[in-house]
Amino acid sequence: MFEDLGEKLNRSFKGLLGRGKLSEKNIESGLREIRRSLLEADVHYKVAKDFIQVVKERSVGQEVLGNLRPGQQVVRIVHEELVRLMGSAFTDISRSRSAPTVILLVGLQGSGKTTFAAKLARRFQKSGQQPLLVAGDTARPAAVEQLKILGSEIDVRVFEKGSGADPVEVAAEGVREARRLNFPVVIVDSRGRLHVDGELMEELRKTRDAIAPQETLLVVDGMSGQDAARVARSFADDLGIDGVVLTKLDGDARGGAALSVRAVSGKPIKFVSVGEKVDQLEPFHPDRMASRILGMGDVLTLAEKAQEVFDRKQTEKMERKIREASFTLEDFRDQLRQVKKLGSLDDLAQMIPGMGRVKGLEAEEGRLTAIEAMINSMTPEERRIPRIIDGSRRKRISRGSGTQVKDVNRLLKEFEQVQKLMKTMRKRGPFRMPMSLG
Amino acid sequence: MAFSITRLRKGLGKARRGFWGRIRRAALASGLDAESREALEEILIEADVGVAATQRILDRLEKADAVGEDAIHNALRDSLLEVLGRAREEPEIPGGRPRVILLVGVNGVGKTTTLAKLAARYKAEGMRVMMAAADTFRAAAAEQLEVWAERVGVDLVRQRSGADPAAVAYDALESARARGVDVLLVDTAGRLHTKHNLMEELKKIRRVLDKCEPGTPDEVLLILDATTGQNALSQARLFKEAVEPTGLVIAKLDGTAKAGIVLAIREELGLDVRFVGLGEGVGDLERFAPEAFVDALLS
Repeated sequence: MFEDLGEKLNRSFKGLLGRGKLSEKNIESGLREIRRSLLEADVHYKVAKDFIQVVKERSVGQEVLGNLRPGQQVVRIVHEELVRLMGSAFTDISRSRSAPTVILLVGLQGSGKTTFAAKLARRFQKSGQQPLLVAGDTARPAAVEQLKILGSEIDVRVFEKGSGADPVEVAAEGVREARRLNFPVVIVDSRGRLHVDGELMEELRKTRDAIAPQETLLVVDGMSGQDAARVARSFADDLGIDGVVLTKLDGDARGGAALSVRAVSGKPIKFVSVGEKVDQLEPFHPDRMASRILGMGDVLTLAEKAQEVFDRKQTEKMERKIREASFTLEDFRDQLRQVKKLGSLDDLAQMIPGMGRVKGLEAEEGRLTAIEAMINSMTPEERRIPRIIDGSRRKRISRGSGTQVKDVNRLLKEFEQVQKLMKTMRKRGPFRMPMSLG
Repeated sequence: MAFSITRLRKGLGKARRGFWGRIRRAALASGLDAESREALEEILIEADVGVAATQRILDRLEKADAVGEDAIHNALRDSLLEVLGRAREEPEIPGGRPRVILLVGVNGVGKTTTLAKLAARYKAEGMRVMMAAADTFRAAAAEQLEVWAERVGVDLVRQRSGADPAAVAYDALESARARGVDVLLVDTAGRLHTKHNLMEELKKIRRVLDKCEPGTPDEVLLILDATTGQNALSQARLFKEAVEPTGLVIAKLDGTAKAGIVLAIREELGLDVRFVGLGEGVGDLERFAPEAFVDALLS
């Protein structure tokens, strides 16, 4: 696990605490740490160089604030500058005044264009605008097939003329079809190449001219290295793009490519695509990306996810129950189910600073499943009044849930402790449940 | 199929021009000073070698105490070669059973294409080749492999989408044995190395193959995308923990990306590069030769 940049900076600023100003001299080793951190996150070295200069200019001459450690102070400056550079807020897709809004997706092979096409379609569909997908990648074997399968999964129509068809014609006909059938949005997939070359750009320019897209989005692999800058520049210069999409950010890549791409193309990053499920698409948040690049985790996304999943009324009900100490095993099970909706514990750990590489979570995950199975094997009465669960009931529950009697014992014991804890908390007056983020 | 240095050079053309042109400017006749060290550092960083490996390579270069362009060139060449190690032979397979090769990697690195290229390569060597579509997850993955199997002219074993990948691998190995196949290539679903359950699934495929025919898979090749940056190291680390790859394949090396991260992976994990993918054609796969690789990079 890599060390938090803030800690590193605190160390290199040791001795600076509580006295003096940040000077060019005493900040030097700290700047080296920042540069290293950016390079390890795959920020292009030239972009990193320029960026360090900006941070240096802003930092030199600053008083070391009393209540802030100098490392933290500089990290704050770095973070702010990263956010500023990546654009301050989410920029949505711009819409055409006359339907349909035409969106063209471009990018290298394997960047995740086809999967993103389906995710974007799903997003429009959820907001009540049924889109048309156009299978413009007629080169990769089975790319058309892949889009058709994804389209049928989400119930979105896919316009296609098979593999090997002329991509420019497919795109043009697809957009005509969308217009004829009054689709509000049409999303055109395109062919990727291994790298940027004249032939690909020519084909994409022809496609662009044929369909006049409102938005041309460049899809970039979030794990890209130094070359991402060059790729983004080529697409921006030779074709013209309106925005960028970063994919595959559900791994542990720190996504420094985001900064490079933004810096060299000047275009906003619009979406972050995580995972293969069609619902996994998030608007781009520069502040979160900045934290990620600096290795500071993504607590905000976690909070947002939790808000989506935990319905407010239910949370209030739970709070009341806990206050009144009438929290039953049934309620406990509901809570477990909601936590599960957030995603796997591994995914969640990725978002919490310092938890990125914690092991053994899968064992915990298995235990959560076992707990749910045990509660499911109880009668409603047992769930309400656990103390009636005697030896033979315990045996029945363990058999029913595929666990052992000692697991059931452990669950009941733990639940008893939780209830005791709730009673003591009740005496202390109002409080908020840790799970409640509303 | 001999290793073609001209082809590799063509593939690395853009990389080469940038690289040595700048070293010339940087490494002055006087030897390695702070300024030329920084220029070299930028070159290696831009090639995705990574900060730590770059520092180590440059430290060694400094110790070599070379003066003059040629001497610095040779010292750097030696240093890079030392990291890469010598080219490895393919392991010997006991006769009478198929050689089983499992391909693993994250999404979109070019696993399926690499598999097709390997199939074409072994077929051209006169071997009987079979493909197994154990990527039962991604939409149309098996269809994509089917297109390749037809193009290359080899057999394919597949099941319905969503089937247990280990079962597909098992079936394929049984049928490969029955049909007297020489090489069985097993495709797997792309998975991010941080997804624990999917890594467990890979382990299971490995176990099941070993059960069906002890000693298999003979090789587990981890496919890396040449454009991937520092994350490739993390990928290699976690795949190593899960399925002990026997070697690496760098796919998509004919772009402008230089795949310098391979140096860091070799240094930290001892994994050798076995093949490099240089183009979109089915014949564009070369056996990795470290010297040709470094020479193409530095010439």
